[in-house]
Amino acid sequence: MLQSWIILVVSFAYLGILFAIAYYGDKRADAGRSIISNPYIYALSLAVYCTSWTFYGSVGRAANTGIGFLPIYLGPTLMAILWWFVLRKIVRISKTYRITSIADFIASRYGKSTLLGGLVTIIAVVGIIPYIALQLKAVSHTFSILLEYPAIMMPADVDTIPIISDKTLYVAILLAAFTIVFGTRHLDVTERHEGMVAAIAFESLVKLLAFLAVGLFVTFGLYRGFGDVFAHATANDDFSALLLFNETTGSYESWAWLNFLSMLAIMFLPRQFQIAVVENVDESHINKAMWLFPLYLLAINIFVLPIAFAGLLQLPAGTIEPDYFVLALPMLHQQESLALLVFIGGISAATGMVIVETIALSTMVSNDLVMPVLLRQKWLRLTEQPDLSGLLLHIRRGTIILVLLLGYIYFRLIGSQSALVSIGLVSFAAVAQFAPAILGGIFWKGGSHSGALIGLTLGFVVWGYTLLLPSLAYTGSFWLPSSIVTEGPFGIALLRPYALFGLDGLDHITHTLIWSLLVNTGAYIGFSLSGKHSAVEHTQATLFVDIFQQSQAGGGSRFWRGTASMVDLRTLLGRFLGPSRAEEAIAGYVERRGLSNSDQLEPDAEFVHFAEMQLAGTIGAASARVMLASAVKEEPLGTSEVMQILEEASQVRAYSRQLEQKSQELEAATAELRAANEQLKELDRLKDDFISTVTHELRTPLTSIRAFSEILSDHPDLEVEQRIKFLNIIVKESERLTRLINQVLDLSKIESGNAKWNIVAVDLKEVIEDSLSSTSQLFNEKHIQLHVDLPDHVPPVKADRDRLMQVLLNLLSNAVKFCDKTKGMIAVSLHANEDSLRVDVRDNGPGIRPEDQRIIFDKFRQVGDTLTDKPQGTGLGLPISRHIINHFGGHLWVESMPDAGATFSFTLPLAAHSDQPIVCIHEQMWDATEVIDRAS
Amino acid sequence: MAKRVLIVDDEPNIVTSLEFLIQRSGYEVRIARNGEEALAQVSAFQPDLILLDVMMPLLSGYEVCQKIRENSAWQHVQIIMLTAKGREIEATKGLALGANAYVTKPFSTKDLVAKVHELLGGTT
Repeated sequence: MLQSWIILVVSFAYLGILFAIAYYGDKRADAGRSIISNPYIYALSLAVYCTSWTFYGSVGRAANTGIGFLPIYLGPTLMAILWWFVLRKIVRISKTYRITSIADFIASRYGKSTLLGGLVTIIAVVGIIPYIALQLKAVSHTFSILLEYPAIMMPADVDTIPIISDKTLYVAILLAAFTIVFGTRHLDVTERHEGMVAAIAFESLVKLLAFLAVGLFVTFGLYRGFGDVFAHATANDDFSALLLFNETTGSYESWAWLNFLSMLAIMFLPRQFQIAVVENVDESHINKAMWLFPLYLLAINIFVLPIAFAGLLQLPAGTIEPDYFVLALPMLHQQESLALLVFIGGISAATGMVIVETIALSTMVSNDLVMPVLLRQKWLRLTEQPDLSGLLLHIRRGTIILVLLLGYIYFRLIGSQSALVSIGLVSFAAVAQFAPAILGGIFWKGGSHSGALIGLTLGFVVWGYTLLLPSLAYTGSFWLPSSIVTEGPFGIALLRPYALFGLDGLDHITHTLIWSLLVNTGAYIGFSLSGKHSAVEHTQATLFVDIFQQSQAGGGSRFWRGTASMVDLRTLLGRFLGPSRAEEAIAGYVERRGLSNSDQLEPDAEFVHFAEMQLAGTIGAASARVMLASAVKEEPLGTSEVMQILEEASQVRAYSRQLEQKSQELEAATAELRAANEQLKELDRLKDDFISTVTHELRTPLTSIRAFSEILSDHPDLEVEQRIKFLNIIVKESERLTRLINQVLDLSKIESGNAKWNIVAVDLKEVIEDSLSSTSQLFNEKHIQLHVDLPDHVPPVKADRDRLMQVLLNLLSNAVKFCDKTKGMIAVSLHANEDSLRVDVRDNGPGIRPEDQRIIFDKFRQVGDTLTDKPQGTGLGLPISRHIINHFGGHLWVESMPDAGATFSFTLPLAAHSDQPIVCIHEQMWDATEVIDRAS
Repeated sequence: MAKRVLIVDDEPNIVTSLEFLIQRSGYEVRIARNGEEALAQVSAFQPDLILLDVMMPLLSGYEVCQKIRENSAWQHVQIIMLTAKGREIEATKGLALGANAYVTKPFSTKDLVAKVHELLGGTT
């Protein structure tokens, strides 16, 4: 049933679907309604990491080395944890400076160097070729295996088939054609590839579903679940060894190094950079991808071991390579549709990788390798061409064909001998060389151009010598004798590629990683520290490392000085972007600057920077710089000037921080002042009220005095009795006036702290007795019963005797004033507590309503039986008394129920216990013993 | 028939002086010690003029004045406000509430008696 035409029709139908998705994605992007602008699509497209290597190779690796397949997925999972710090920064930098590829990134970081961009491009292309070969091999082999159905056998060795009838060649050509139509359809090369990302996300879904389908079929169809598979496998000693760390599965060192290698690969493979950085729509998507992507890896790996074991158990050894168990198991059980699905899954894994990888590489080759060279060739007169966007596309298409053909050649040379995974790891090790330059570049301002250039070169050379060269030498190609590998070049054992300088006993990948990263990082750091940095390097280093600070500031335009003509710049933009897009971009810029039309534009630093960014988006940072130099006359800034600008920038930042801080302080101070002002206003209002009240209280007796004085004066005929009565009123009111004035002055003295206190040890009992005797006349007049309860002896208190007397007289006269008019009764008592004395003065008057109990201590607030006479008094007695008691460290309060009398009480701390020093100007009058008593 | 004057104040001595002065001027006098009492006397005594203190407990002079003016039957009653508060705003308020005159304490007895005469039509 699985004839070749069916396989081909299904395959082409699948590719057709991809086209449709990409087309739809692009249409939506043009309409401004992106379908890829969500974190799930972003995470799925990141799964382009899982290629044929994952789809077929993992099972192969697991069948040979057991859990040795895992590091390739653990590494990226570990790296995903760091994405927020690393990937987000790279994305921000790339978006800000319109970086189009990993070569562009490195070139741009180290002074927009064309040399470095070219080097990175070469490393990437050479390094990735084995990886491409891997995909070609997987697709063509699975196609061949499927064709043999129902027989299960490996295709013939490539060496034995002539090139012309080699299916792999046609696969390569087909993939190249597909990618060209797919990825470089647009003339509009500056845009991101939204349609492609959508198709890649779809492919990730297909390969995952296909793999899960096989996994479920094997685990639950052929066996009764995971436990059953492992039970069968562990019955065989060889197989159970695959589940442990041992010689077969690889040492701990290899494990660790492979983890590390995969961590770097997920960041620096050109296609991962393309998808994760260039095609990123929104930085915040990284947030979700940080857990979604590892989840995807987990899902696609969960059935690897069951399939591997089932293959080992069921397929006769030697009939088929473990790499193809995934396909062979459904075939063995006559599951034709499933086998076809697996094949399609494999195609998605391979095409996804090839499309993104070659597009990324073609961008690098055109922008960082070919264009810079072509643009320098004066005789080509390229700089005078009106529109170069067509040329760019041609270069890219050529690159795609070239890369796939190189991949095919590599496959022809070594493909049949190596397993999928070991081919892939060679590529991993190549791109790992980018790590020092990129990671150093975004976190360390000291990283220099020479450091990066020499480090990369040395790392690449070591990689080529210890990994690429031996793999080629073993095949006997390029006239390389295999003795180079076994005995070393010219028989020098120290230089054996797999055991450089005697470092033996490691697997090839670990061996290469150790040496290449050692010399790479060593040279990078060493030359960075020792060399001199140019001005543009300083500039770029700061722009990259401080990206999160730079984004808000002026950006790159601060570092440019020169003269340019508007016409030249416009022509330049038109040439690379196409005239209409250039005008669009300029119009957008005009609008952002808030100008009304483009005639107002000045060819100032900011516009030149804008033009450079636009160009960089199309032809890469390094080429953009070259092109710009042809249109503008730049006055190069010296290192010291750049340093000065940076210095100024950091001063401005520090200054603005200070300003911010100052303004906060100012705000706080303003708030305090406002509060203080409110308080003052309140005090002022209180003072106003006080004065108004005092005036009122003074006017009242004055009114009587004046009225009766005038009456007496105007009516000399008054009878003697009346005359005496009126004169008495005048005298009384004069006394009242005097009393009022005295109390106001007294209160103001106490409140302002100017009162003089004669503080001595006072016997409170004696004071109470004195005050009672001086008021006894009053009690007798009003027939008031007096109950006195005083202890024989009380400890002394520290107070001013006269002031205490004042308080007691006030309380007693109040009690007399308010107690029952006919059966008046007043009780006075004194009690000694542990650390204080308490005095109570109780009357049997009408009592004080709870709401009035507080206000009677306010100035001029009298409460009484207002239906009858106005209570006599100034309304200042209680406020003054409270002030006095408080001054001695005591409390004065009232307890009362309406119609049940009122009790005014106060406490005073005992002299021995008064712990707060009493501030007064007579302090020196205390004798020494008292001070000592207080201290004890 | 002598015109009637109601004296409203909570200060006994001021009441005494006012009572003496007004009686001497030939008017019939009644006393009220607070606002409530004043309103009761207005209906009972039917005064022609009221000497009304402002600062009183329970019901202030302003409130008493306002209540009197609210009653259409008492529109003809002359009201002289007496106050120990001398601020301009208080005089304005009193007049706005319907007082006919406003006198600040301490007052000149001659001026006050003259004002009473004037408001009661100058007849003694």
